[in-house]
Amino acid sequence: MAAEGRPLAPFNRRDCRVAESHAAGGYRIFTLIDEEGPPPAPGQFYMLTAKSEWEGASGRPYLPRAISVARSLGARGSVRLEFLIDEVGAGTRRMAAFEAGDRCYVAGPFGNPFSMPKQLNPKAAGAILVGGGIGIAPMAVLRRELVRRGVPSRTLLGFRDQAHSGGVDELFGCEETRLAYEDGSAGHKGYVTDLLIRMLEGDDPGGAVVYACGPPAMLEAVRKICAGYEVPLELALESPMACGFGACYGCAVPKNEGGFFRLCVDGPVLRGDQIETAMAGEVVTSGIGDAD
Amino acid sequence: MDTDLIDATPMDLSTDICGIPLESPILNGSGTYDALAAQRAFGRAVIDEFPFAGFVSKTITRHPRPGNPPHRLWEAPSGMINSIGLPNPGLEAFVAGDLLELAALPVPLIVSVMADSAEDFALLVEAVSAVPGVAGIELNVSCPNVHSGLIVGEQPKETEALMKALRPLTALPMMIKLTPNVANPHEVALAAEAGGADAISLINTVKAAAIDRNHNRTWLGVGGGGLSGPAVRPIALAQVRAVSDAVDLPVVGMGGIDDGESALEFILAGAKVVAVGTENFRDPRAGISVRNGLVSALRRRGFDSLADAQDSTLS
Repeated sequence: MAAEGRPLAPFNRRDCRVAESHAAGGYRIFTLIDEEGPPPAPGQFYMLTAKSEWEGASGRPYLPRAISVARSLGARGSVRLEFLIDEVGAGTRRMAAFEAGDRCYVAGPFGNPFSMPKQLNPKAAGAILVGGGIGIAPMAVLRRELVRRGVPSRTLLGFRDQAHSGGVDELFGCEETRLAYEDGSAGHKGYVTDLLIRMLEGDDPGGAVVYACGPPAMLEAVRKICAGYEVPLELALESPMACGFGACYGCAVPKNEGGFFRLCVDGPVLRGDQIETAMAGEVVTSGIGDAD
Repeated sequence: MDTDLIDATPMDLSTDICGIPLESPILNGSGTYDALAAQRAFGRAVIDEFPFAGFVSKTITRHPRPGNPPHRLWEAPSGMINSIGLPNPGLEAFVAGDLLELAALPVPLIVSVMADSAEDFALLVEAVSAVPGVAGIELNVSCPNVHSGLIVGEQPKETEALMKALRPLTALPMMIKLTPNVANPHEVALAAEAGGADAISLINTVKAAAIDRNHNRTWLGVGGGGLSGPAVRPIALAQVRAVSDAVDLPVVGMGGIDDGESALEFILAGAKVVAVGTENFRDPRAGISVRNGLVSALRRRGFDSLADAQDSTLS
C-alpha cells in the first residue's frame, strides 16, 4: 500500500483477457481478468488499450483510455474488473465491440480512492452517494465497500432518460436507490440534485457526507449545494489523460488556490473545497477530443 | 510481457552521450516521464527496473510556472497534440526538492532548462551545475527571447550567441534540444556547435492545431500545441539525418519511437542515442521494451553490437 493507503499498480501494462461483454441499456459492461494487480479501491481507475484494432487504419484510437471500475470481484491473482462504458468516440467504440476472448492492455489501478465518511466528517452517520449517467460506476463500487464495512449509505442516481440509464439494475441490484429521470420516465421527474437538496433539508447536515460522480454540470451543482449546506463532499472527476501515472501533465484541473492538480495522481477523487469549479472538464465527457 | 522481447544472449548496448556513460542508448524525452510521480503510482519498482539508461528531467524555468489552462491534450492519428506549458516549481524549489531525489536515481541525470533571456539561462545553468549528481544539461530553446521576441532555437545567430554566453559557465556537457519548426534545422545545429554545444537532441514537438468541430473552436486552452508520437517519426528521421550529417557532435534522436525497430531507424539515420517520449504515456515500461526490442532489431540486421549500428552509414 502507498502512503495514501491506496493499492499500488504493478509496474507495467499487462495483457488481460476479456471474459465477457454485454449490453446494459444504452451502455456496455465488459469484464477483464487481471491476474496480477491488486483489487482496486473505490474511485480508482485503469488505463485501457484494446490489443487489436487500436491505432488501426485511421491511426486512432492511439492513447489508452482512463476508465473507472464499476465492480471488482476476487483477490490479487484473479481480479475480475467490470467497466461500464458509453460509446462516445473512437476508444470507447472499440471497447464497446469487445467480445469474450479479446485481449486488452491494462495499467493500474491508478489514483487516490474515496475517503471513508468518518475521515471526512468525524460526526458522519453515513454517506449520501450521488451518481449521474455513466458516472454511476464509481458510486456502485463505493456503495459495495460501504456495505462491506457496515457504513450506512443512501444512493441517488440521475439519468437523462431510460436509454441513458444502463447498468443501474445490474450494478445496484435491488438495493434501495432513489432515481431521477429528466424525461420523467421513472422516479422523480427532474434532476438528481433535486433529490439531494430534499435529503439534506430533511437531515441534520452536521452528520452528512456526500460523494458524487457524473457529468460536469451535475458535479458543479452538487458542489454548490454541499458548499451551501457546509457538507463535506468528495467528487470523482474526469479529464483528458494520456498516461494515468503523472507523466504527461495533460489532466490539469484548476486548484482553488491557483495552479493545477494532475488529476491522475492528485485525484481523480478531490474534495469539493479543493476546486474552484467542477466544470473545468466540460466537453471532456467525450474523451480525448474524441467526440463524433 | 510479450512486448519485452527478452533475448537469450545478452548484447552490449553500453555507450555514452558527450562523455556521460550509458548502459544503453535509451533516454526519455524531457517532459515525458515523471520519475517521482511514477513512484507514487508504482512504488519502488520504478527504481528497481528503471526504464531508461539516463534520465532527462522536465524543463525547469527560473520562476514557477503553473502550466497552461485546460485543455492540454488532443489525440491525433498515431499521435497526440499537447499544450502543457512547462509547469514546474521554478529553479529554487526544484533545486531544494525534486532535484535531490532525481540525482539519486540509479542512472545519470540530465536537467532540462529553459529561459526567455540569456541572463536567466545563465542563472539556471550555474545553479544546476552546482548540484552534485547532475551529469549534464539540456537547453530547451523553443521559447521566445524577451529582448528580441524571436524563438532562439529558430535563429542560428541567437543560438550561437546563447551557447557562447553559457559555455564558460559550466564544466558539464550541454545538449541543445532543437525545434523541428524551422526550414533548416542543421543550420541551427551548426550554430550550436560553433557556440560550444556538446550534443544536439531533436526533435521537439511539431507545431499543430486541434479543431473542435462540434463547437467551432480550437480545443487546446492556448489555441495550439505540439504534435508527437509515431505521426512525426518520418519528419524526425529526416531532421536527425540532416543534422547528424552536418555536425560532428553526437545526436540524441527522438520523435515517435515506440519499439526497437523504430529506435534502430534513428540510429541508422545518425543518432548516437535515442529518447522515448510519447510511448511512455501508453506503456510505463516503454523504455524497457524499446531497449529489449533494439537488441532483437540489431541482431535481426546482423549487427553484433550497438557500436556497429552507430558506425554504419546509410547508402
